[in-house]
Amino acid sequence: MIEENPVSLHDAPSRSMNMIEAINDALDIMMARDPDVVIMGEDVGYFGGVFRATAGLQKKFGKNRVFDTPINECGIIGAAVGMAAYGLRPVPEIQFADYIYPGLDQLVSEAARLRYRSAGEFVAPITVRSPFGGGIFGGQTHSQSPEALFTHVAGLKTVIPATPHDAKGLLIAAIEDNDPVIFFEPKRIYNGPFDGYYDRPSRPWKGLPGSQVPEGYYKIPLGKARVVREGAALTVVTYGTMVHVAEAVLAEKGVDAEIIDLRSLVPLDIDTVEKSVEKTGKCLVIHEATRTSGFGAELVTLVQERCFYHLEAPVERVTGFDTPYPHSLEWAYFPGPVRIGEAVDRLMKD
Amino acid sequence: MAEGPVRTGKLRGNLPPLDLYVPEPRYRPGDTVDYTHLEIPEPGLLARPDEACEAQETWPLTLDMVRVLGDDDQAVGPWNPGLDPETLRRMLSTMALTRAFDDRMYRGQRQGKTSFYMKCTGEEAISIACAHALAADDMVFPSYRQQGVLIARGYPLVEMVNQIYSNRADPLKGRQLPIMYSAKDYGFFSISGNLATQFPQAVGWAMASAIKGDTRIATSFVGEGSSAEGDFHAAMTFAAVYNAPVVLNVVNNQWAISSFSGFAGAERTTFAARAAGYGIAGLRVDGNDILAVYAAMEWAANRARAGKGPTLIEHFTYRAEGHSTSDDPSAYRSAREAEDWPLGDPIMRLKKHLIALGEWSEEQHAAMDRDLAEQVKAATKEAEKNGILGHGLHHPFHTMFEDVFEELPWHLQEQADQAIRERQTKWPEWKE
Repeated sequence: MIEENPVSLHDAPSRSMNMIEAINDALDIMMARDPDVVIMGEDVGYFGGVFRATAGLQKKFGKNRVFDTPINECGIIGAAVGMAAYGLRPVPEIQFADYIYPGLDQLVSEAARLRYRSAGEFVAPITVRSPFGGGIFGGQTHSQSPEALFTHVAGLKTVIPATPHDAKGLLIAAIEDNDPVIFFEPKRIYNGPFDGYYDRPSRPWKGLPGSQVPEGYYKIPLGKARVVREGAALTVVTYGTMVHVAEAVLAEKGVDAEIIDLRSLVPLDIDTVEKSVEKTGKCLVIHEATRTSGFGAELVTLVQERCFYHLEAPVERVTGFDTPYPHSLEWAYFPGPVRIGEAVDRLMKD
Repeated sequence: MAEGPVRTGKLRGNLPPLDLYVPEPRYRPGDTVDYTHLEIPEPGLLARPDEACEAQETWPLTLDMVRVLGDDDQAVGPWNPGLDPETLRRMLSTMALTRAFDDRMYRGQRQGKTSFYMKCTGEEAISIACAHALAADDMVFPSYRQQGVLIARGYPLVEMVNQIYSNRADPLKGRQLPIMYSAKDYGFFSISGNLATQFPQAVGWAMASAIKGDTRIATSFVGEGSSAEGDFHAAMTFAAVYNAPVVLNVVNNQWAISSFSGFAGAERTTFAARAAGYGIAGLRVDGNDILAVYAAMEWAANRARAGKGPTLIEHFTYRAEGHSTSDDPSAYRSAREAEDWPLGDPIMRLKKHLIALGEWSEEQHAAMDRDLAEQVKAATKEAEKNGILGHGLHHPFHTMFEDVFEELPWHLQEQADQAIRERQTKWPEWKE
């Protein structure tokens, strides 16, 4: 495993955390470092959030800085834009990514456009945290992966961690960033990585390499991908939960794949992708989100535009289906080992 | 016969067919206008509750109308703010300046100097009284018809014209539709073309001020038409829940482009009455009476500063001209509506009041109008040195790609390079 984050290379004390603990730690550190950071969202205050990401923070920092909100995502994002105009650095939580749509106008037309339309007079350094993705029997309203809606918007950054270590460093970087950031947390891997086999016992993060989280403040720059595994036969470009699924499937198939965890979609680390595809000549793009106009379409196009003469096979993409996320047939929908395996076989047959 | 599942519900009888009700304004082009249905109380009759009162004490006022200036040009009653003549003259000249500016910019659009303009004719009292009643550093989240706030706060006219012309001195770098000003140093938030988004933002700003223990408050404006947006409900809910130090204004000018106020619910109740549903204070004022508007805004601002929370104010007025330069109101409403508007014109009303006080004269007024017209003309001439829309003088090309993000990412750099290549083909004579 190649770790590009220099912080992990030095001897900062660290401990094993799950992704919720890592996010909570990042929020705790930023609340303490910057008095302008405020946390708001449905159930985030006294209760600490339905996934416990903000547990203990209201007690520690007070109701003025960590508070519950009405169930109104337009109001949550709209108020955050106003707070940012005042000079605060709000970190609103949208309880599920599936609930973000009532706040879309405030994100797309307001937060994302504010710097441009005011020529820099007003900015919106807001980090919208939201659990996303399926695999927890959440049905169609608690399982969606709407990242492509946000990568399509000029002025928004979209960040998706795949390990507790990255979740903390990326969240700190997102909060310090002076542009609005959509921070999607893959909730299937909050408590442990997921290999794509729904019928196998789940593994906790404890003791696994990605769960080793340095103490204190550190940042992972937005727009810097992580090479999860070096390889020569095939480049796999993915993010979030699917990083772990891809790792498991390719290990099982014994393919010497180079697996890239993008970490952030906008800004995108195209250099790491390009270098890898030039080396391997083959590329597989994987995401859990629906297929048509998904972020995979962007990735496949970029690889085709930039690496065409290095390609030895058509670029493949493996995605969720273009249906709502079904409840009972969740594992038929999920782009798991079989769907990924087929694509790998096609790519590796020559 | 096998028994089916038990179902509840009445048996379907011989019921009349349903019929969708679609509101229709009283008057259309060519109609004569009769305003006798409007309940317009005599000025001075309404009590002025204490600023720290329980919200419900204000609710009768939301179904009534605070008025100070009467037909006899006298200011009367407990809402009379008792302003000195100097302040009254300043408000008068700011209203007149705003109208003179609007008239000149409207003509400028018609002459092809820019693409678009929006006047606030007949509504000048609202933004100008609010600007006078607030502290200079209270934050305003405007809609697109509050140019009076900027003018009252002394923002340079020439900067406004530069913005309207999208020229090389435009403070917004030619990125925004004309009149979508942004002026942080003047406590004036960047105007959005997406309606009512500023309402919850103002509440958020006010919440931030309270979080920080500041003394500044926020205010915002929407039209009655966009009070139908979900953002209005979001703002009202947040304002009420957090007792935010904010004044939320609905400028009820009767028309949203061609849709009359009935399409925002005006046939059922007043816009101010919505305050009661949220449990906050509400006031309804004669929006063409600058003293009433000033008094209401001052009342609400004092209340907010005293920690007593938000107020919703409905300003009852009339949009005397088209929605914008792209609109022709003669296609959908009677021209008599503006002429016969029973609350008159805000500039004329204040002028007559000052004359009645012996503090102003027709001669002074005419001289003032001439001066203001000259002032506006000078500003436009100055701005035209920086170019008008479409005549080549605008911000440097690369600024198109700046400020999307704080730093230029690689994909925007690539697109900027392409735009420059295209420019060499499209406009080979280009000079920055």
